[in-house]
Amino acid sequence: MPSSHLSHWGLLVTGDPLIYGADASIILASVGIVFVLTYFKKWKWLWKEWLTTVDHKRIGIMYLIAAVLMLFRAGTDALLMRTQLALPNEHFLGPSHYDQIFTTHGTVMIFFMAMPFIFALMNIAVPLQIGARDVAFPYLNAVSFWLFFFGAMLLNISFVIGGSPAAGWTSYAPLAGLHFSPGPGENFYLLALQITGIGSIATGINFLATIFKMRAPGMTLMKMPLFTWSIVATNILIIFAFPALAVALALLLIDRIAGAHFFTIHAGGLPMMYINMFWIWGHPEVYIVILPAFGVFSEVVATFSRKTIFGYKAMVSSLLLISVASYFVWAHHFFTMGGGVSVNSFFAVASMLIGIPTGVKVFNWMFTMYRGRIRMKMPMLWTIAFIPCFVLGGATGMMLAVAPADYQYHNSYFLVAHFHEMLIGGVVFGMFAALYYWWPKMFGFLLDEKWGRWAFWLWNIGFYVCFEPQYALGLMGMQRRMYTYPAGMGWTALNFISTIGAFLMGLGFIFMVWDIVYSIFKGERDLTGDPWDGRTLEWSLPSPAPHYNFAVIPTITDRDQWWTLKEQGRQDTLRPQTEDIKPIHMPKNSAKPFLIGIAFFTAGFGFVFGWYVFGAIALFGVVVLLLARSFEYHSDYHIPVDEVIHTETALGRL
Amino acid sequence: MAAIVEYAPGNVPEHDPRPLEYTNKDDSLKIFGFWIFLATDMILFGTLFATFVVLRTHVATGPSGQQLFDIQGFIEETFILLTSSFTGGMATFFMRRGSVRGTVGWLLVTAVLGASFVSLEITEFLHYIALGATMQTSAFLSAFYTLVGTHGAHVSLGIVWMLAIVIQLLRYGITAATARKVFVVNLYWHFLDVVWVFIFTVVYLTGVIK
Repeated sequence: MPSSHLSHWGLLVTGDPLIYGADASIILASVGIVFVLTYFKKWKWLWKEWLTTVDHKRIGIMYLIAAVLMLFRAGTDALLMRTQLALPNEHFLGPSHYDQIFTTHGTVMIFFMAMPFIFALMNIAVPLQIGARDVAFPYLNAVSFWLFFFGAMLLNISFVIGGSPAAGWTSYAPLAGLHFSPGPGENFYLLALQITGIGSIATGINFLATIFKMRAPGMTLMKMPLFTWSIVATNILIIFAFPALAVALALLLIDRIAGAHFFTIHAGGLPMMYINMFWIWGHPEVYIVILPAFGVFSEVVATFSRKTIFGYKAMVSSLLLISVASYFVWAHHFFTMGGGVSVNSFFAVASMLIGIPTGVKVFNWMFTMYRGRIRMKMPMLWTIAFIPCFVLGGATGMMLAVAPADYQYHNSYFLVAHFHEMLIGGVVFGMFAALYYWWPKMFGFLLDEKWGRWAFWLWNIGFYVCFEPQYALGLMGMQRRMYTYPAGMGWTALNFISTIGAFLMGLGFIFMVWDIVYSIFKGERDLTGDPWDGRTLEWSLPSPAPHYNFAVIPTITDRDQWWTLKEQGRQDTLRPQTEDIKPIHMPKNSAKPFLIGIAFFTAGFGFVFGWYVFGAIALFGVVVLLLARSFEYHSDYHIPVDEVIHTETALGRL
Repeated sequence: MAAIVEYAPGNVPEHDPRPLEYTNKDDSLKIFGFWIFLATDMILFGTLFATFVVLRTHVATGPSGQQLFDIQGFIEETFILLTSSFTGGMATFFMRRGSVRGTVGWLLVTAVLGASFVSLEITEFLHYIALGATMQTSAFLSAFYTLVGTHGAHVSLGIVWMLAIVIQLLRYGITAATARKVFVVNLYWHFLDVVWVFIFTVVYLTGVIK
């Protein structure tokens, strides 16, 4: 047996000043939060307005806050790694600590930053874009959020309690099996992702039902805004891909806690099968996070060019083509498996084919801008920055898709640079565009442009400075996940430059946070509800929208409904008329989703440490809560007409 | 898309051609959502089936399916579960006719059949374990217990769910909401039946036929 230096069986992780620092900051932050909530008497507010809410707009905001916090957490991981690699032979982090940090960096960024960010956007925008009052299953939506939240908590506490996972974010068997990764770290990974994954599947079901069944009258599928279309494509991917991840994680967990032999090296197990199953989810996952960004760009480009989107039908069909094709490329993550010529050729060609619909989208965005009246506001800046970055990353992706050549690039920094270019230049830039775009709709004020531009340039310059050298490093033989390297390899200068770039992005993040803080106090208030001269329904509502969204559900005749009405000077058609207002049917708040989250967290924690009775009791708690919900028959209420009229009058809409 | 007209529960007009469980907007949405859930569950089982098919010959030092499986046992399980799908259908039939007694009675018959299926399966597992064929023996057995056990866990959950619905039927009678619950639990039950047909074929039949 190899030594268990990767993890710590004792409950608290000890022996590293960084960990003690984390302990101290977690305790200080918790005490600080409790103090502020108590001092300002906000506990009841927190419980009634947020923890028990089923309002999609508030759930979206909670997802957003969580995503930004996780961006900070995993971004800190990234800076620690870049600090370590800045110079050769550094011992800032020990090897096992470095393993833990690259593992949590990747895991947190994908599952607890990118996923909640796209969930935030779909919650915030989709019901408003399709003229609905909430999602199809608001209660389930809250359950999804709390499963995500407590899954994230479970993974994050591993840093100070029990030890973090250290087998990479992909957690390949047999390395992640019990034999090579003893200790609770890997269990944290498996259970935290399992819990959050259940929530993701539920979100997929919820939004498909919402979009297919709850669109305003007249909004045919081909009249839906492109962001909503991108969410359709994403959720189709979620419901068909996430169950495969659930099984992969469950089987690895069964291997670890029950001594089964799915992925072990002996007794007939097949480690490669884990890797196949992981990527059968994992490649669609890449598109799960990028397609909503494509949707955002489509909205932003049309709005800020004041033109209808170029090639709407091509945009929709390319979204759907990408989602189908993304199931047929998974083996390009391991051409070196030895699958043979036919297997590798199939996956190589399929991977290259995905470039076609993606290219169509890029051209359509550019044709939309062509001869448009472009306004360089923050969302548009991020969109324009995305295009060259994504095209460059796409081109290196094509290089990686060439199976014979991939043997050279495989698991090198060339790959690291490629996927960061897609995930930062694609997903994160898209999320930032969306953040600036929908921020006024969420909070009723705009983010400041001046500080936003500081953040924008720091991020962009930092990005290229950080990642372009890594392509070269990869070609020079530097492998991913190495915790240090000797001098004299010729890697030092490029690594040092790369680290500078990483810190520039860190600085960009600080400016972004400052932009938010500054704008809370001094940002321009959005009094019209339509600060960008928007095109779709959400901009016809006040900012922020009342909790029932639409006092009267609008009737849709046009793809860019709101824009068309404005062009015709008929905006008032979307204002409610007193005689049309009827009592509004709404779901009641509920504490159960939060409690289900806690029960899952407790069960997960128990299973991580092998306390099965404890875990089973908590799972029983989940069943009790589900049954309690089944017996609940009055989970909804009606907002009386008077109250709606009162609210709408106060908003100046009646 | 046709607009969905909403009625208060128990106030559905005679001429409405739709089944009771579809007469309320929320209920028909939940049925639609449940279909999507079944798609996800299908992928879940599909992945487990794929795992089993890959590993079924990986018997290591343990027994193969041909040496292990007891034909009479799995035939009995199959007949009991297929019958329970029929009785579940009967419950829906009586639910549509507004008979609480018929619905509850047939749901209970279904749950009892389900419970006997689960107990037979547990007996089968215990028998194999007594022979020394445990989950830890080989990759084949790991995949076998996980695939068949996941199905069994689904059935067990379905029984608890069905009993909860029986109590609600007795308490509230047949309304749009309880009708929807009867309908949905039966969708789930029939789905598990279909999965079992595949288990019967892929695991047991191909296991015993050389």
